[in-house]
Amino acid sequence: MTAAPMSRPDRRRALGTAALLLPAYGWLLVTVFLPLGAMVVFSFLKTTPIGGSKPLVFTTHNYLAFIERPYLVDVAWTSLRLGFWTTLLCALIGLPAALALARATRGRFRQVLFLLTVLPFWTNGLVRTFSWTMLLREGGILDDALHLVWPSAGSIGLLYTFPAIVIGLVHAYLPYMILTCYLAVSSIEDGLIDAARSLGARGPAVFLTVILPLALPGLVSGAILIFVPVIGSFMEPRILGGRIGVTMGTVIEDQFTQAYNWPLGAALSFTMLGVVLVIFALFSSVLRGRLMPAAA
Amino acid sequence: MARVDRRQFTRLGAAALAAGVTGSWTPSARAAAKTITVLNWQGYGTDEAFGLKAFTEATGTAVKHDYYNSEPEMLTKLRTNPGVYDVVLVNSARDSQAQAENLIDPVDLAGVPNAAGLAPSFKTHPNITIDGKTYGVPWVWGMNALAVRRGKVSGVDSYAALADPAYKGRVALFDDAVTEIAVAALLTGQSINDPSDMKAIGDKLKSFKDDVKLTWSSEDEWNKAFAGGAFDVSVFWSGAVARAIHLHDQPVEFVIPKEGAIGWLDNLCIPASSTNKEAGLAFINTMIDPKFYVQWATGSGAPASANNAAMDMLPADDLNRRIHKPEYLSKLQFMGALPDERRQAFNDLWEEVKAFYAH
Repeated sequence: MTAAPMSRPDRRRALGTAALLLPAYGWLLVTVFLPLGAMVVFSFLKTTPIGGSKPLVFTTHNYLAFIERPYLVDVAWTSLRLGFWTTLLCALIGLPAALALARATRGRFRQVLFLLTVLPFWTNGLVRTFSWTMLLREGGILDDALHLVWPSAGSIGLLYTFPAIVIGLVHAYLPYMILTCYLAVSSIEDGLIDAARSLGARGPAVFLTVILPLALPGLVSGAILIFVPVIGSFMEPRILGGRIGVTMGTVIEDQFTQAYNWPLGAALSFTMLGVVLVIFALFSSVLRGRLMPAAA
Repeated sequence: MARVDRRQFTRLGAAALAAGVTGSWTPSARAAAKTITVLNWQGYGTDEAFGLKAFTEATGTAVKHDYYNSEPEMLTKLRTNPGVYDVVLVNSARDSQAQAENLIDPVDLAGVPNAAGLAPSFKTHPNITIDGKTYGVPWVWGMNALAVRRGKVSGVDSYAALADPAYKGRVALFDDAVTEIAVAALLTGQSINDPSDMKAIGDKLKSFKDDVKLTWSSEDEWNKAFAGGAFDVSVFWSGAVARAIHLHDQPVEFVIPKEGAIGWLDNLCIPASSTNKEAGLAFINTMIDPKFYVQWATGSGAPASANNAAMDMLPADDLNRRIHKPEYLSKLQFMGALPDERRQAFNDLWEEVKAFYAH
């Protein structure tokens, strides 16, 4: 169809849409882009521009941090590994849960299950993380429970290890995956599955050829929602990781709170943002072929 | 080249972009002459309700508070709000910086009656004495040294314990660059404020790796981890040890190793821009009053007082008094002024050491 000039009702509808979008985008503009813009400026400064009467000096030096401080490469690798494992586990746990919620539950039962799913959102992150320390430490609740059923087992103390951080992060971010997958899975029509079965597909084949491709948009958006904040997370690594818990998130936090070197903190943040964008670019070119028909 | 006046930039930037984030937002200047404003950490003595009530009843001067969350924020508030504050709590390590920027006034200790009881070494402490003038009234002090688990660890007399294979995976460090570099400086026989061999300090800190289980960043975190049995030997604060025993019943003991300990001294200063300097000094006099200190220390808990008369008034079995023995004062190296570049170098080294611990 060729573009016709807008008729009056169309124009009115466009104005209405703009009016509906304005609060959200206005809010985003003020709360996201202005501080972010300030941080971009900060990242090119030599010293934190708060207080003092020294003149501002601009530099690109902060962006060389990864070259001048090679240990940051290891730290960034830890963050990427955390992002990978957390996202993978969330997908492995979240997709079956979403499937069960969408296809095998009804009415009030489903509401209760949903409530349980989003419960982590309603608890304070710090409280949630500290409660994991009680569970995971040597002689903690998990350890005691194991010895109750298997007295001769060695003691397990997961606290201050890499898996402990992943456990804490999966707990915090799993709801995103369940919700995005639920949306994708619940729109799969029963007829499609019946058709697959009538053509002779068994359970695994139905899952792989019908459900999984249709759930892919949910998995991908869940993965993006989880991967990005996990890369920047600092509370869970700090509290659950102990000595191991040094991530880009904690390094950046230190620059803002301890070292008072906002420019370096900002430059590190934008460098990581760049890394994440590159990863998504690679990822999306691989996925594009599969995603498009499913999303259409 | 691309130079903008920094203060202008700060004003514009702070007002337009992130007033809350930069923390330069302060209540409007007070109106009544008989009100003074104190700038301090929250819950750090000057805002004890009983003390404020007694001071206002005795002098007719009302006291308002504004708080800071970091030392740089304190300096920023003094710079950007001239005339607003009448008393400010300054870590004496920051006195010279504040003095160099003309933010604080010299005080005449003779005009502060309760200063008579101050420990002589504090009255003339190099941190607060600049060009022969005294720039603050010493108030409270403390030490950073080792805390060990009673009943499990004994005979520790050196920071070398932090690298001792006997405590493999049983050590906790304070996640603070200045403190940990000071520990390594003591261990390598250097000045904690101006170490000459940073490489030796980095190597020494890295040698703790096998022992280090975690780094803690708040007293609460330390208490939770210690109660959970996560570690037995730790770099810790003297006052916090007293609280851990007194409030949480933890089996912990404070040790001053043979290399000495890291001391800190907080002093109360008069901002140069204050318009109520006499009332401010009167308030400081109340704060160093032994009666105020004893009620503060035995009530909510306080660091050690710089006033000998106040420490002598504490009950003989008081933990604070037992931990902060006067003879320790000579074994302390006090945290002193750090130029920005050195502070940055400390932070960079500590960040590198932490990354080394993690891999």
